Amino acid sequence: MHEGFLVYGGFRYLKLATLLSVVAIAVYGWHVPPDEPNGGTWLGYGLGSIGAALILWLMWFGIRKRRYGTTDTLQGWLSAHVYLGLSLIIVATLHTGFQFGWNLHTLAYSLMMLVIASGFFGIYAYARYPQLMTENRRGVTTDEVYNEIGELDRECRQVASALPDAIASLVLVSCNETRIGGSVFRQLSGVDANCGTTRAFDGIRDLASSAEATHGADIRKLISLIGKKSTHLRTMRRDVQLKALLEIWLYFHVPMSFALLAALAGHVLSVFYYW
Amino acid sequence: MTENFDIVIVGSGPAGLSAAARAAQRGVNHVLFERTDHASDTIYKYQKKKFVMGTPDVLPLQSDMRFEAGVREDILDTWNAGLEEHSVNISYNCEVTAIEGSKGDFTLTVNGKETVKAKHVIMSIGVQGNLRQMGVPGQEWERVQYQLDDPLEYEGETVVVIGAGDAGIENAIGLTAQNQVVMINRGSEFARVKQGNLNAIMAAIESETIECYYSATAARVEPGLLVLKTPEGEAEVKCDRIIARLGANPPRRFVEACGIKFSSEDRSALPELSATYESSVEGMYVVGALAGYPLIKQAMNQGYEVVETILGHPVRPADQALLEERFAAIEGMSVDEVLEAIQTNVPLLSHMSRLQLREFMLESQIHRFKPKDTIFERNDFTNSVYSIVDGAVDIQINPNDPSEVVTLHSGAFFGEMGLLSGRRRTATILAHADSILVETPRRAMLKLISSIDAAKRVIDEAAIARQIQTHLAPNIDPALLDEVVSTATIESFSAGDVVIQEGETSNDVYLIRSGSMMVSRRIGGRDVVLSYIPAGNYVGEMAMLTEAPRSATVKATVASETIRIDAGAFKRLLEREPVLKREIEARFQDRLVQNVETEQRPDSGDIIDFLVNQGLGEATDVLLIDEALCVRCDNCEKACAETHGGKSRLKREAGPTFGTLHVPTSCRHCEHPHCMSDCPADSIHRAPNGEVFIDDKCIGCGNCARGCPYNVIHMAYPPPEKPGLLQWLFMGMGPGPGEDKTPREKPAGARETATKCDMCKDISGGPSCVSACPTGAAIRVKPEEFFSIITSTKSGRA
Ligand SMILES: Cc1cc2nc3c(=O)[nH]c(=O)nc-3n(C[C@H](O)[C@H](O)[C@H](O)COP(=O)(O)OP(=O)(O)OC[C@H]3O[C@@H](n4cnc5c(N)ncnc54)[C@H](O)[C@@H]3O)c2cc1C
Ligand code: HEM
Ligand code: SF4
Ligand code: SF4
Repeated sequence: MHEGFLVYGGFRYLKLATLLSVVAIAVYGWHVPPDEPNGGTWLGYGLGSIGAALILWLMWFGIRKRRYGTTDTLQGWLSAHVYLGLSLIIVATLHTGFQFGWNLHTLAYSLMMLVIASGFFGIYAYARYPQLMTENRRGVTTDEVYNEIGELDRECRQVASALPDAIASLVLVSCNETRIGGSVFRQLSGVDANCGTTRAFDGIRDLASSAEATHGADIRKLISLIGKKSTHLRTMRRDVQLKALLEIWLYFHVPMSFALLAALAGHVLSVFYYW
Repeated sequence: MTENFDIVIVGSGPAGLSAAARAAQRGVNHVLFERTDHASDTIYKYQKKKFVMGTPDVLPLQSDMRFEAGVREDILDTWNAGLEEHSVNISYNCEVTAIEGSKGDFTLTVNGKETVKAKHVIMSIGVQGNLRQMGVPGQEWERVQYQLDDPLEYEGETVVVIGAGDAGIENAIGLTAQNQVVMINRGSEFARVKQGNLNAIMAAIESETIECYYSATAARVEPGLLVLKTPEGEAEVKCDRIIARLGANPPRRFVEACGIKFSSEDRSALPELSATYESSVEGMYVVGALAGYPLIKQAMNQGYEVVETILGHPVRPADQALLEERFAAIEGMSVDEVLEAIQTNVPLLSHMSRLQLREFMLESQIHRFKPKDTIFERNDFTNSVYSIVDGAVDIQINPNDPSEVVTLHSGAFFGEMGLLSGRRRTATILAHADSILVETPRRAMLKLISSIDAAKRVIDEAAIARQIQTHLAPNIDPALLDEVVSTATIESFSAGDVVIQEGETSNDVYLIRSGSMMVSRRIGGRDVVLSYIPAGNYVGEMAMLTEAPRSATVKATVASETIRIDAGAFKRLLEREPVLKREIEARFQDRLVQNVETEQRPDSGDIIDFLVNQGLGEATDVLLIDEALCVRCDNCEKACAETHGGKSRLKREAGPTFGTLHVPTSCRHCEHPHCMSDCPADSIHRAPNGEVFIDDKCIGCGNCARGCPYNVIHMAYPPPEKPGLLQWLFMGMGPGPGEDKTPREKPAGARETATKCDMCKDISGGPSCVSACPTGAAIRVKPEEFFSIITSTKSGRA
């Protein structure tokens, strides 16, 4: 029933992109340039125009994505974006005629390859992480887990009210100094080295041995509550981590594609200027 | 000394107020009794600042009391002023508890004690009924209450909530924000509540936020204490407040005790009334919501008319002009002549009183068709019913050959199949001759069927024949089906009822005419679900063909109706019709193959179970997300918000998941939408493509939101102006693209209305959630496709 964007429309755009690449290679092989292959031959101009048009069209995807209620599907667009984006590797490389150097032209080419490489990672992320997120959450929604954590905190405070200050203050640490997410790095790591709950858990465990016997039952309850909370925290941090992995590459892909756009403009202008 | 009145009016809702004002204006000796200490209790109890609607807009108001759409407070003020201005004789805190006697000499008992005499009685007590009381010693404690307007009014209290229905649960959950809550449940579980409420209360009990007593009932109350009867003996609960949500006693019992007859036993039946609102008791009149007119303006018009009628003044009904306009298509006949013609020509409509027919015709349309005009097409999702007043129509019974038609003549009706099954039209119908047709929308038709037994019988008889013809034997001469039709019966099942039991030796065939069924077999001590069968299909043919005991169990997934076809009669038909026999056998073999396939996937049953619990058994179109493809970008929600005034009707993350198959909180577009059943403004409809949507007549009563078992309707205020993209970017104004734009606080006097998914019926590209999903994770599926979902879903790994 469900059909992913890679297999969309019976691989329609994969076929189109392959055709484009094969034709480009064939013409390149057949063509005998006046001196050496480069962007200045009629074939070079042809491939260059196709490549530039493709890049503009790929950038358009960012705008298309924010147009809602359309007659065509975004899924089709993404499928085309991915396959035609990949075909740029062939089209643009052939356009260069393998002439690289320390100049604006090669900069544009490198930026393009970086954008494409990040796109590759995106495909990998989209294929792998969604399933992991589902398995990690086991059908529970984020709101439910957050509520549960809040509830556990409430219970901990209740139990702690009858316990010595040293333990009660650790419970407050667990309640007030636990963070999920935060900086990009923290999100991506999926752990928190300075987690309030972990500190509280360790501290209470250490104090437990020296506590009065009458507090034994309450302390055990506290340990099991905080233990439960840690499990939830692990789930949520993993969730945040996976979500971040699903998004992070776009923060590279998009700015890079703007840089590419600028470099491309420079490349085209300079070519015409020196002509 | 008992006082003596010409007219006593019981109940001061809009109907009673309007009647009393007219009586006062005419100088009649009257009294208006009101149970509570204020006028018009139903409107008094609306939410503060609620915007009250003046629907139906086209209907003129005919009353001495003023009324126009506006805020609750203003309307109540206007009416209180009206009571003064007209010197209405109103008595508060007077509940009428019995009425006896006959025209000219009624005796009314007030508050069970005093009595008054009346020549005429007008009943305008509405349908809200009496809130049920606890009925235990000590219940007079001032902190026992039967309603809760705003849970945030209370803080730091221990509150006991009695009553484990939706209202009780919603109150209990709302109160936990600031209070300790104890819940008292008479049963041993929470039965018959909405899934969302069930989840919420179970989670709250699990986490000990709410303490719950099961199988417990209140024994007595002392200030600060509730004593319970539990299976383990008495238990005491200390508390600061008791909120008992025990539902309301509908007023029917009281009304019947006064001698008034209802049209049938059906829960939604109405009192029998004459064209002048007179009940089966001469001299006793019924108006307003109790008479079946659920809107304020109608109630007020009737209050006015009924007093005029009693006084013998000629009345021009407020709807006369509307009917004249409606009947304009038929030239040269007066309104009464048209009504007369309809009743004599169409047996289906002949059993209504004139009053009912007027109301019925106000909701219906009159059409004129020329020969060959299309009336509706096969696969339309409309569900109105047509009656032929004059002329004839052709039904195309064979989709492959439009020339094969059955002709219906004046007096017949058609279109009832869509109404009964909640599914698409099964045939295209064209006008055969110049025809005059009455088209009646679903709601008016259902009202007719539930209030007039004769009409129900007429419909059922015709429907059986047509449904058998359409779904079982489409290419057979209808005359050959006589025996099968005459021995067929209609059977109803509730969700979960067994229709056929594995191992049984019966062999009748069941045609599912509404709802859906699930087929399962016991294998290795486990019920393995083999298939899911939607309405319009038959089950049970295997036993009939093979003469063997039933090989599987068939259960109703939702409330369903079947036509039970006698095996003997059906067999004789098959003997005579070898082509039909071959078709049925071929279908039978397909099913056998399918069964073998599903049996090899032992978890397929769990998937069916899951989907049925999520309402797929009654869905016509449901949003399913494959979480293995969903990148959690929420573009679906953004698309929904962007195309629906800034408010998403879809919550992607909420909702259950099986394996990687996720059912987000979004409308299922049910075959028989629960939300539609109780909309006073009649503003929920089904569009030709099946979308269930709410139009702008919504008055914001919230019935639909409460009625939807899947919690997909939300009451919301209109969002603020959306800023331009640049304003948002550079000036930080308002919410950005796709962001939720609902105001957090209620703007004064704002009109809260119901919002839900309309499947983007006005957008040519179809549901925008689906078209905006970049990966193809979000799809919408129809019942015909459920089976392929089941066989393709990855097993429940998570
Ligand atoms: C939440 C909500 C919102 C609504 N919004 C709208 C809207 O916007 N526009 C609209 O047109 N309609 C609306 N309606 C419908 C409208 O309120 C009713 O149709 C209307 O109130 C019916 O009027 P009535 O006079 O028949 O009965 P009611 O208004 O119900 O009045 C009955 C009165 O009789 C009294 N009574 C009952 N029994 C006795 C007795 N035995 N002795 C003495 N007195 C008795 C009651 O206390 C009450 O005051 C809404 C309904 C609800 C529930
Ligand atoms: C030079 C070539 C490319 C350019 C200029 C480009 C540009 C863009 C832009 C502007 C977006 C919109 C992001 C947003 O607004 O959210 C985007 C999204 C995306 N691109 Fe590319 N892209 C290129 C090549 C590729 C390639 C080769 C791939 C895959 C291999 C790819 C995969 C994606 C994916 C998966 C998305 C995200 C879609 C979504 O979740 O909405 N891109 N790209
Ligand atoms: S809103 Fe109506 S049609 Fe939609 S799921 Fe709820 S009851 Fe069914
Ligand atoms: S809130 Fe729902 S039930 Fe009430 S009038 Fe509006 S649409 Fe109808």
